[in-house]
Amino acid sequence: MPETADSLTLAVNGVAVTVKNGTTVAAAMLIAGAPTRRSVTGEPRGPLCGMGICFECRTTIDGVPHQRSCQILCTVGMDVRTS
Amino acid sequence: MNQRFDILVAGAGPAGIAAAVSAADAGKSVGLVDDNPAPGGQIWRAATAHPAAARNWLGKLDATHVTRLQGWRVFDAPAPGLLRAEYKSECRDLAYGKLILATGARERFLPFPGWTQPNVMGAGGLDAMVRGGLPIAGKRVVVAGTGPLLLAVAAHLTSRGAKIAAICEQAPLRRFFPFGVRLLGEPAKLLQGIEYGIATLGAKFYTSCWPIAANGGEKFEAVTLERKGKRWEERCDYLACGFHLVPNLELPALLGCRIEEGFVTVDSLLRTSIADVSCAGELTGIGGVELALLEGEIAGLAAAGKTKDAERLARKRKQRLGFVQALRTVTALDPRLKTVASDATLVCRCEDISFGRVRKHISWREAKLHTRCGMGPCQGRICGVAAEFLFGWDLDPFHFSVRPPIFPALVSSLGVTDRLTYESDSLALAGNTNQEESE
Repeated sequence: MPETADSLTLAVNGVAVTVKNGTTVAAAMLIAGAPTRRSVTGEPRGPLCGMGICFECRTTIDGVPHQRSCQILCTVGMDVRTS
Repeated sequence: MNQRFDILVAGAGPAGIAAAVSAADAGKSVGLVDDNPAPGGQIWRAATAHPAAARNWLGKLDATHVTRLQGWRVFDAPAPGLLRAEYKSECRDLAYGKLILATGARERFLPFPGWTQPNVMGAGGLDAMVRGGLPIAGKRVVVAGTGPLLLAVAAHLTSRGAKIAAICEQAPLRRFFPFGVRLLGEPAKLLQGIEYGIATLGAKFYTSCWPIAANGGEKFEAVTLERKGKRWEERCDYLACGFHLVPNLELPALLGCRIEEGFVTVDSLLRTSIADVSCAGELTGIGGVELALLEGEIAGLAAAGKTKDAERLARKRKQRLGFVQALRTVTALDPRLKTVASDATLVCRCEDISFGRVRKHISWREAKLHTRCGMGPCQGRICGVAAEFLFGWDLDPFHFSVRPPIFPALVSSLGVTDRLTYESDSLALAGNTNQEESE
């Protein structure tokens, strides 16, 4: 989507994604089609519970690993990577 | 930095908000700690149109002097009268005279082949994603599992432009079902649509029906459904699947509160077996938003010493407890759901432990020790609940053996204790997660 006053752009695995203000990082990763993490046997995973319980959405945000992306809002220029 | 409150409330969903507002109105100093970015819990999560009750209570919270600790996650109770919480890399001790627990509930998930693929998620899980900014207009969604949440989610996603391909309720009891939706506090308009004909959602509604496989190559594409021996495939972009709700018992268990039949034991004023600790909302029984608000008020008033007012509301609560039992009956799981997972299906998603490996053991404890199931970062919150149903294992010992940290925490946070053995104990208990987090 194009950037407007009520949207912002962040990077998901190095690719620019524009989302509405108030979007969670987990939702941004779904929009980008990126898994939030790889499991211990290498499976791609995405969010499951959406409420900070299951840890499937944990991802690397601005270099900090294991962030629960469903409970964190996107900010301008945030660097998000599949962990 | 540490803080002290007359009354501390853990959880800012409807029950926690009502408790905090009621206690603060009675003149007490109140703290409200919650791990989400904004108050409202799951049911009042950011939405374009909040139901009237949500606007009312969130407005009251804004108008009342309550110290809000939003985004803070409680991970320990290091001493009586003390909770320890973390926010990013900051750690804080929260001291209280009285504590009200309102930690809410999570969905129960049951494993089936393919359920670990991205885009297969909880019913409330997908709803949370949509409320969190995921565009759903034009997407095909299958909603499956059990409980009134399915209909509420289907109604909400429909209002946001999704095409609900099917709603699959495992229970056979269609006629009892819509009543429960009322408990979730959905807008009246949506409710009418549900109560006077699920057809208005434009969705097929199946009872005695559940998913037996999520299919796809690189990307999830379709779900195989089964109903009375008949199987068919339903193409969809998302599968939203949850089997009713279970309470988040870890914090009351850590504090030593008595738990019976899966819920915290409380008296009529919602006091637990532990002095100065009370519970409100789904922790005492899955009863929906109206009961949660009422319980929050009772617990808040009682903790603030307004016993008469609390007792008056407690009589009102007693009349509503029938709903809790009715909901429990309606959502009882069909035993055939135990046979959906294959030996290769993962049960523990944190450690990738299969159904075939877990089922070889005789108890949850033994399965944990031998396979590491339930020992990843979610600490068994997802697979433990599934195992309880799949294998008939008694999970009460699991709750009684809850130990800190109840969520993975930074080593720097664990290090604030003066108990020398504490760090190494915690690391061993929580597996390698804490070590990873400290990097």
